[in-house]
Amino acid sequence: MTPNMTGSQQKSSLQQQIDENLKRVYDEALKERIPDHFLQLLAQLREKETGQ
Amino acid sequence: MTGASDIRDELPAHLPALRAFAISLTRNMATADDLVQDTIVKAWSNIDKFTPGTDLRAWLFTILRNTFFSDRRKRKREVADPDGIHAQGLFEKPHHDGRLAFADFSRAFDELSPEHREVLILVGANGYSCEEAAEMMGVAVGTVKSRTSRARARLARLLGLAEGEDILGQEAAGTLSVMSRSGSQAA
Repeated sequence: MTPNMTGSQQKSSLQQQIDENLKRVYDEALKERIPDHFLQLLAQLREKETGQ
Repeated sequence: MTGASDIRDELPAHLPALRAFAISLTRNMATADDLVQDTIVKAWSNIDKFTPGTDLRAWLFTILRNTFFSDRRKRKREVADPDGIHAQGLFEKPHHDGRLAFADFSRAFDELSPEHREVLILVGANGYSCEEAAEMMGVAVGTVKSRTSRARARLARLLGLAEGEDILGQEAAGTLSVMSRSGSQAA
């Protein structure tokens, strides 16, 4: 975000690499296929409400 | 934002992120799915508590993490000891090119406490500010900052990187600092 690099470059490099790996952990989880039952659950909740 | 449409129509779009957050917290697919399901139901029935125009995803994340930690408090029996046996160095040093092996990183991440995983996923992976994370976690901004740095330090330790050790930053310097340990003091 800030182009102004004040802190130690080395520390931010370690941090940067940890963050890259964290993003990868998260991205791998993001790639998991969403089970249909979540969408079914949403449809059921909607149905229950409009059905009243 | 006019209120003409139901914000809940946007829920499906947030499912992948919600589930990824749940997986990151629990590191267990079945538990993650239960958590997402509970979150969906709570979000649906409490949608009147959502402030229109604010970040829906952050709101959903808040519900999810609150559900997770309160369930966990209820269960309490299998409390992981964050400083326990797993915390001792079990991982090999990074490769000579200085890059972390992702498999090692993943294992180290699994060893963290859920509190540490949470803050790292919110701040490190999702790029939320400490202020935003603090709001989601219901803690002070300073707590987020200190917890984030402690979590990073623990990760580094699990990966066999002492804090301040420069292996990841500059290959040459890293190699030197490793080598200098076996010899005398290097400059």
